[in-house]
Amino acid sequence: MKNEFQIIADLIEKDKKVLDVGCADGTLMKFLKDNKNINIRGLEISKEKVQECIAKGLTVIEGNAEKDLKQFPDKSFDYVVLSQTLQAFLNPELVLDELLRVGKKAIVTIPNFGYWKVRFHLLLKGTMPITKTLPDEWYNTPNLHMCTIKDFFHFVKSKDIKIFKSLALNNLNSSIINENNLGIKNLFADLGIFLIEK
Amino acid sequence: MNTEKNIKTLIVKKPLKLDCGKTIKDFPLAYETYGSLNSKKDNAILVFHALTGDQFVTGINPVTNKEGWWSYAVGPDKAIDTNKYFVICSNVIGGCMGSYGPSHKDPDQKIFGTNFPVITINDMVNAQYNLLDHFGIDKLFSITGGSMGGMQVLQFISNFPDKSKTVIPIATTSSHSAQNIAFNELGRQAITADSNWRDGNYTSNETNPGKGLAVARMAAHITYLSKKGLQEKFGRKLQEREDLKFGFDADFQIESYLRYQGSVFVDRFDANSYLYITRAMDYFDLAKQFKGNLSEAFINSKAKFFIISFTSDWLYPTQENKDIVIALNSIGADVGFVEIDSDKGHDSFLLDVPDFLNALKNFLDKSYEEN
Repeated sequence: MKNEFQIIADLIEKDKKVLDVGCADGTLMKFLKDNKNINIRGLEISKEKVQECIAKGLTVIEGNAEKDLKQFPDKSFDYVVLSQTLQAFLNPELVLDELLRVGKKAIVTIPNFGYWKVRFHLLLKGTMPITKTLPDEWYNTPNLHMCTIKDFFHFVKSKDIKIFKSLALNNLNSSIINENNLGIKNLFADLGIFLIEK
Repeated sequence: MNTEKNIKTLIVKKPLKLDCGKTIKDFPLAYETYGSLNSKKDNAILVFHALTGDQFVTGINPVTNKEGWWSYAVGPDKAIDTNKYFVICSNVIGGCMGSYGPSHKDPDQKIFGTNFPVITINDMVNAQYNLLDHFGIDKLFSITGGSMGGMQVLQFISNFPDKSKTVIPIATTSSHSAQNIAFNELGRQAITADSNWRDGNYTSNETNPGKGLAVARMAAHITYLSKKGLQEKFGRKLQEREDLKFGFDADFQIESYLRYQGSVFVDRFDANSYLYITRAMDYFDLAKQFKGNLSEAFINSKAKFFIISFTSDWLYPTQENKDIVIALNSIGADVGFVEIDSDKGHDSFLLDVPDFLNALKNFLDKSYEEN
């Protein structure tokens, strides 16, 4: 399991109710269910991935976060997880609002467009950056609204969303992000992980 | 039709008050079982059949000598694995495969015909609930069925919220749509317009309204398929002829196919039962039973739900299945949902659609492991 999932799992206490939005093949869900006794649900848009989840014995709803989150009642989950998908929605702000309505807390991870490799790629090569976390070409990437850790940090603050914990991830190393080191973390992390609440 | 041989029947002694106000008792409920009930009695699956189905889910139907209606899904090593699970299915009341219906005799030994009480989906499942007592099953492992079978699944878990561990409604609805009522009415009109129908008293004359019933079946059959499926299978292909005949014989293969479907149906189905069962479907509106709030139907159930729809099903479209998912999510129920890609229309649930069968198998087997 990737390091990002391990960190997310560490943020969640045992026996909680969790919704994994864009749960893909259910790797994180299965881990949470087996290791932390989490009452876990998934929402996934791909039919193939939904089938993979069913084969793992996971409860998944085939659907689209932009349309289908509204069916869940307010604060019906302890945590709602959104891993590296926020930038792919037509309206990320609306999705973020929905995550925080449905979940008492949300865990959102974003690929960091401020990562130094991304910056250098564009600066030196003059072409759209391709990195480990951003592997697609400009013409086939699902990402519509790329942002940096700094962007997301400011965005969340401007919406009066409480940040409980924010972590910068670079390969296997994770570290706390705060107002003082934001510039540095924004340069050296390729992934940001945020535990937030509204 | 009502060949008594090979039909297992439970005589339900307990009076059953029907939605129409009448009470029936000491009535026959015909059923069949597959696989065996384990000692813990925790491996039973109650399967509900659709409009024209019956209790003979799989293997060779001993009355029609044809494959059971859900042979693709039910059997040894299949999605509903009869090596593992004990499958029970009964003919709905109002039906014509041995359960109490319009072709039965009233206490005065006169064939009911349209004097049989109008029954509902609720009545059907209340009658079938007696099978649990009969087999000494406290809690079913699962209940499932497609189309009208799915309606019975929803009604059953609403009536008996703690009587099944898992619940699998397939290609169904919680409320019969105007379009579906319209198609059913078309079928009923075809039957009652047949001069042999005689206000439902045809059985005493030994002549059936076969033509009307065949037309009803033909019209309904079209609604079970998709436009794309029909086009790919038949297109404008001609039936055993080089060119058009400039007449009204079946020039096109699709015409010949529909005529065949109509004619074989008449051999196995009773026209009055068709009226009664389509009426039960039309009357089905689970939300209305709970003052318009469908979630209330499931509020007392801790069961694990899994809802399945098909992309090309325009009779019970995905949205109507999703409405059930939404109702369940809004009360925090344990519900999964998948829409299966298939161009086989509403009939997809009866056919060899691997994605569907795999999903069904995986859901059941994984849920059973957690037992």
